[in-house]
Amino acid sequence: MSKISRRTLITTGLGITAGASGLAAAASLAQRYGLIPPDGSGIYGPGETLTYAAQRILTSHSMAREFPRSQLSEKPFANEVAPLGDEFKRRQEDGFSDWRLAVDGMVAKPALFSIEEIKNFPSSSQITHLACEEGWSYIAEWIGAPLSHLLDAVGTLPRARYVVYRSFQRGWWESIDMADALHPQTLVTYGMNGGELPVGFGGPLRLRVPRQLGYKSVKYIVRLTVTDNLKGFGKGLGSSSPEAGYAWYAGI
Amino acid sequence: MLAFLALLVTGIEIIISHPRFYWGETGNALTEPLFKIPIPASRATVPTGYGYVMPDQNGWSRYLHFQAAWAAVLTGLLYVIYGLVTGHLRKNLLPRGADLSWRALTKVIAGHLRFKRPSASEARSYNVVQRLTYLLVIFVLFPLIVWTGLAMSPGFASAFPGAVSALGGQQSARTIHFLDTILLTLFLVVHVGVIFLAGFTTRMRAMITGRLGTEME
Repeated sequence: MSKISRRTLITTGLGITAGASGLAAAASLAQRYGLIPPDGSGIYGPGETLTYAAQRILTSHSMAREFPRSQLSEKPFANEVAPLGDEFKRRQEDGFSDWRLAVDGMVAKPALFSIEEIKNFPSSSQITHLACEEGWSYIAEWIGAPLSHLLDAVGTLPRARYVVYRSFQRGWWESIDMADALHPQTLVTYGMNGGELPVGFGGPLRLRVPRQLGYKSVKYIVRLTVTDNLKGFGKGLGSSSPEAGYAWYAGI
Repeated sequence: MLAFLALLVTGIEIIISHPRFYWGETGNALTEPLFKIPIPASRATVPTGYGYVMPDQNGWSRYLHFQAAWAAVLTGLLYVIYGLVTGHLRKNLLPRGADLSWRALTKVIAGHLRFKRPSASEARSYNVVQRLTYLLVIFVLFPLIVWTGLAMSPGFASAFPGAVSALGGQQSARTIHFLDTILLTLFLVVHVGVIFLAGFTTRMRAMITGRLGTEME
């Protein structure tokens, strides 16, 4: 019969036990430091948690790569969105003068910002790479107000952990953790490549999160909600992406 | 093995959402591809020339691709550490000096082409061609697939920008990732194919338990 000895069996058994208890310890550490993503349960939970935790540790101070003007894509790709409807068209003809961005949730002074008011914040621009989860990409210049300045203006409470943001387009919403929300390159953008932000690329307002894939940079944003818990939003998975089968964290 | 199959299947599904490849940092449906795979895409925005759009499988494919990648990388690390500690890599995979001559190499290759059965002592160790192939897979192709995979990640690129520019950009990384996949798949197909030729039950048992069954029966 087989030559697998008792010793081999015992060492293998011990190895598996050690591995399993190591995993359990790692899971409780990840929980304590907030390294478990909102879609971190279910069959793909372990992989998502490893990715999110590893990237949060590695990217705590990292900056998205910025490029020289000579590398701006001549042909950026806007991608398609579902028809925006008559109400959007009316606002567009009106020059988006009545467009408002609401900021509410765990903040001291909830506010409604017009585009003019957002343009009054110190502006920031970046030439960064936008990659879609499908595989294509382009490099463009984005101009806007750092999200952290808006959050400072409304007085984010210390318990805040996530910022939820919603599009004018119903059912399209995302969220990011405070590491990304307060990151200096996360912008409420109103300009692109030296001009206004075209509607195809998310104008009048798009939240640009350059350390994650394109689908986290939601177009036509109308509302930001600061929260310490994502359970109460949608199905509690963090954004509309996991509800459609896509990962909440898109740094990969 | 399971992780590799999962990575291959989900990788194909991910490519179907944009079956075009570019060189450099950027590339999209409006720019000229380096090459494209002549299949319909799962997105209507990709100009494939087909009037048909495939079902979108990208969401779960990406979830599973990254989970399987973790499994493959962690297993691979364990294997290399174990191989270094026990001397398996040095003793069994590093070719012996004398075996690296052209004469010895051609002898092994010629023997293979004639389907000559190895002697009992030869069957217990890897020959020089096997050794070189395994070393190439373990120390070149596998690390390259991990590196190019990571280089596509915007988070990883922000932490290690040099790892992306060394490859020529994020689209180059994607293209190399695809080409490397073909090489790794070729290796796996030949590897498993040869096992069938050599006697499936004995070899599979040997691979899983580490024992060559000649003394058992």
